[in-house]
Amino acid sequence: MKYQTQRVALAYFAVALALFAIQVTAGLLAGWIYVVPDTLSVLLPFNIVRMLHTNALIVWLLLGFFGAAYYLIPEESETEIYSTRLAYLQLVILVVGTLGAVVGYLFRIHEGREFLEQPLWVKLGIVVAALIFLFNVTVTVLKGRKTAITNVLLLGLWGIAVFFLFALYNPDNLGVDKLYWWYVVHIWVEGVWELVMAAILAFLMLKMTGVDREVIEKWLYAIVALSLFTGLLGTGHHYYWIGAPGYWQWVGSIFSSLEILPFFAMVLFTFAMVWKRRREHPNNAALLWSLGCAVLAFFGGGIWGFMHTLHGVNYYTHGTQVTAAHGHLAFFGAYVCLNLAIITYAMPHLLGRAPYNQVLNMISFWIMAGAMSFMTFTLTFAGVVQVHLQRVLGQGFMEVQDQLALFYQMRFGSGVAVVIGAILFLYSVLVPRRAEVIGRGPEAPAASPAE
Amino acid sequence: MFDAFTKSAARNIFYGGSLVFLVIFGGLTAHSHYYMVTKSTASAPLTEAVARGKRVWERNACIDCHTILGEGAYFAPELGNVFIRYGGDKDPAGARETIKSWMQAQPTGVPGRRQMPQFNLTDRELDDLAAFLEWTAKIDTQGWPPNVSG
Ligand code: HEC
Ligand code: HEM
Ligand code: HEM
Ligand SMILES: [Fe+2]
Repeated sequence: MKYQTQRVALAYFAVALALFAIQVTAGLLAGWIYVVPDTLSVLLPFNIVRMLHTNALIVWLLLGFFGAAYYLIPEESETEIYSTRLAYLQLVILVVGTLGAVVGYLFRIHEGREFLEQPLWVKLGIVVAALIFLFNVTVTVLKGRKTAITNVLLLGLWGIAVFFLFALYNPDNLGVDKLYWWYVVHIWVEGVWELVMAAILAFLMLKMTGVDREVIEKWLYAIVALSLFTGLLGTGHHYYWIGAPGYWQWVGSIFSSLEILPFFAMVLFTFAMVWKRRREHPNNAALLWSLGCAVLAFFGGGIWGFMHTLHGVNYYTHGTQVTAAHGHLAFFGAYVCLNLAIITYAMPHLLGRAPYNQVLNMISFWIMAGAMSFMTFTLTFAGVVQVHLQRVLGQGFMEVQDQLALFYQMRFGSGVAVVIGAILFLYSVLVPRRAEVIGRGPEAPAASPAE
Repeated sequence: MFDAFTKSAARNIFYGGSLVFLVIFGGLTAHSHYYMVTKSTASAPLTEAVARGKRVWERNACIDCHTILGEGAYFAPELGNVFIRYGGDKDPAGARETIKSWMQAQPTGVPGRRQMPQFNLTDRELDDLAAFLEWTAKIDTQGWPPNVSG
């Protein structure tokens, strides 16, 4: 840790990881309700559990982004964070809002649009926290060195805040409501979040491979150009069946198919940088998460996204388990892995220790990546069967669901494995050890002192 | 690797191009908004009851079990066309009644079957909800869903 104020990131990462634990636990419960449907059906019905699962996910990912920004901006800008007090104040607001939302959900206090269930006061709290954050980091960047990484990161973070404002607009017309609901949901994950993702990956590559900044930053701009050129009009893949004009079937199909390009570019980028590396960084686990992030985002977002994005396909798969399959691998690959990568990278610096527990951390990567992939496969199979029986043959929804029991059991099994992986991860980054459990082989290249 | 293509060229393409796509996207949504209000959702009037029904829908977070127009959760049946599924195209009053009595009959308590909670809605809330689902079923959705099962 070169700058004292980077320490703020530690608090953000800690809260993020606590919510990660809550998120996967709630997911497991939701998966269990699919298997044994009467579970808690009065006390804690499925909709409340799902709300906890998805909201905890989004909030912890955002907290991770904020932490990452506070960690990397001082190093990039070569200056301390403008105000650590504002940074902690922002965190307190977010924690109070989150706890308020969670307790409220348990007592059925919520709004009613998917992912945007937070009560109005929590939404406004998020806006205030975002403003404090943007002020704090923007001032920091302006007083220090400006790099492409901070430019893109800031643009992404500003975009997150600006598009979140559409969450406050809830018209009476359901079609119009959906039109702008996607301004938050789609433009976040397939637009501005990709800028954050590319910027953080670029930072990780810069630090871990030692490749020239010029090269890395050129890649960065090329990647984010691909993201926004395809992702904005790609929103059309959600406008096929909600009452919007028919031209979206063409616009959406074409541009969203091209959305695979930025994800492919991120795979090429990370692998090319590692190939051209000029140093052996000691934190292999962070490198594994970074490469895993690019690859799994390409599969989850790119391949699984393309699978159902053409309007002729989406006509049948829209709103089935195929969507759930894609949602899981895309979120996990792109944004969960991204956060776990930067956390794995930053924690040793923040705690002033050598990167310990790497083997365990890497095991947790393979368990989680394997289990999430398995979950995606089972949900995809469930989705295909569902599409055939329900959308092609016209059988009733509940009747079809009975045929899918086996897939849901397998999804639950993979969910258990994800939770085990998550526990191992938490242990590996949070609990100190004196030495690696498995020593390095004699052939291993001496770890050069790297950042 | 691609030397002629400099960092500042990449940056300018990114900023310029993104702005262009943002403007096109904004223009197309503005048109879609207009199209929705005047055409695709205009076949039935958006009455006070429909608007209140949407709030009942939201207050009870139906979306986190059901899909509506294919969006939401995948735990329970699609409701964008439930009005049609209940025969509302032929007998609207009958379909409204069926929706209301469905709401009142929950949960079924059938062991091993997914349960929908009892929301204890008032008569007026039930009417509003039925009006909302009727209005939604009349949106021109480009022919989706493929069949009445949703
Ligand atoms: C906890 C999950 C859950 C919530 C929340 C929920 N439902 Fe349901 N709903 C179900 C399930 C499960 C079924 C299918 C039950 C069955 O067939 O036995 C269902 C069925 C229905 C049906 C009948 C559909 C058909 O095709 O016959 C209607 C209508 C309905 N729900 C309306 C609503 C409305 C309106 C709300 C919100 C006020 C709501 N539901 C909230 C789980 C839920
Ligand atoms: C990492 C980036 C991505 C994430 C996190 C993500 C996540 C999601 C989620 C959660 C949904 C479900 C939304 C809902 O609840 O209704 C969804 C839907 C969808 N996504 Fe993605 N996605 C990503 C990238 C992509 C890409 C690149 C494509 C296209 C190539 C794509 C195509 C789609 C389509 C077509 C749907 C609609 C599914 C339906 O009709 O039910 N996604 N995405
Ligand atoms: C880090 C890992 C996870 C991520 C990123 C994740 C993400 C998501 C997302 C984005 C959704 C909304 C999907 C949509 O609307 O299309 C969702 C729903 C869900 N998730 Fe997860 N999830 C994770 C782990 C789990 C686990 C471990 C389980 C346990 C089995 C689980 C079970 C579920 C269930 C049952 C739903 C509801 C789907 C439905 O509506 O039918 N998730 N998750
Ligand atoms: Fe999308």
